[in-house]
This record gives sequence, structure tokens and C-alpha cells, in this order.
Amino acid sequence: MRLYESVFIARQDISIVQVEAMADEFTGIIKSTGGSVQKREYWGLRSLAYRIKKNRKGHYMMFNFETDSETLKEYERVMGLNEDVLRYLNMRIEKVEEGPSIIMQSKNERPSRGPRDGGRDDDREEASNGSAMPNGDDGAIQSIEE
Amino acid sequence: MTQLEIKREAIRKPFSRRRKSCPFSGPNAPAIDYKDIKLLSRYTSERGKIVPSRISAVSAKKQRELATAIKRSRFLALMPYVTS
Repeated sequence: MRLYESVFIARQDISIVQVEAMADEFTGIIKSTGGSVQKREYWGLRSLAYRIKKNRKGHYMMFNFETDSETLKEYERVMGLNEDVLRYLNMRIEKVEEGPSIIMQSKNERPSRGPRDGGRDDDREEASNGSAMPNGDDGAIQSIEE
Repeated sequence: MTQLEIKREAIRKPFSRRRKSCPFSGPNAPAIDYKDIKLLSRYTSERGKIVPSRISAVSAKKQRELATAIKRSRFLALMPYVTS
């Protein structure tokens, strides 16, 4: 038995109820062989960074579960067969992180502040942090590339 | 004597920067996670390329972790492969 983190993206034009039903189906596979699902997160309908099978948006669902490799194989097979799944990724993890993941946290923050103010705040924060990636350096890379 | 020499060196090269330490090492360094798009996007260029560690000063070990995280994030369409 090992801990895994799994994310799948479902097609944009199915409903949340259907996504939940799919998630139940997948976690059912894990549970049927004695595995346990420790965490389940629905990230909502997010816009994709690029198009996948002509979709611009997708429902994201994440699991943390404990299972063996045989079951994971079966789990991946079933996901691959499901045409509503655009993409999935399973990763081995060392431990389940406590509390909601960063995506859930940032999702909850967003409605509380105005979109314009939010943008400005972000800029200022990055400018003050500055240490990681000074803009000057980035500019230098760009000019070398071109 | 030696101290004096170091000082003079510093004066002679006013534009030489001290080597920055790795932003992911140390006690309260952020954890590298493929889900943390805001953090990861700081280490990609405007086109979406991964910034080399010689510029971002990330240690070799953490750079490998960072690269994996960025690639995972790209695969899940959280981050772009290219932005033109």
C-alpha cells in the first residue's frame, strides 16, 4: 500500500453532479480492494492554460489515497476508457498534506477582494519580494533568445 | 591586512553582486508544489520557459524539484507550455 495523489480533468460541458458521480466511481475502485481515500477536493471549473481536445475549460478533481500498484493500474485503465476524462495524473507522495491544498486556498481568497485591487496587490508583493526573479534578469534572457 | 584588501576589492567593482542564496533552502522556505502556480510562475520566463538556476540562484537539488513541479503543472494545464 502506498500513498498517491491523483488529479483528473473532466470535460467542461458535463455538470458538477456528473463529475461527482465520476469521482465516486473512481474512488469506488480504490475502496473495493481495501484502499482508503484520505482527501477529495473539487477545484471547480478552471480555465485550462491551453486547449485539450478542443476544450478551453475543465472540471478539476483531486484525490489523495492509499492503495497498491495493481489497483492503481486498474484505476488508470478505467480513467483512460472514460471519454469525459480529458487528462489524469497520478503521483506518489510521501504524506498527505493537512488542510486544503493551495488551489483551494487561493480560490477562497479571490471573491473577497476586488479584481483590480487584487492585481495591484500582487504586483506590489512581487516587487517587494524581488529576490527570486528581478525583472532586469528576465529582460536579459529575452534579448538573448531573440 | 586581509580585511583591507577585501574592502578595496569591493570598492573596485561596484557592480559585482554577491551570490544570492537559494530561495528554497533555509528554515522558512516555501515548499515546491506543482499546485502552487503563483510560486512556480516566478521561475518561468514570460514565454513560459523554466528560468535557469544560474539566474534564479536556486540550488541544483531544488532546481530539479522545481523543474518536475513545473512540468507536472504544465501537463495538467495549470501552466502553459508556451505563451506567445
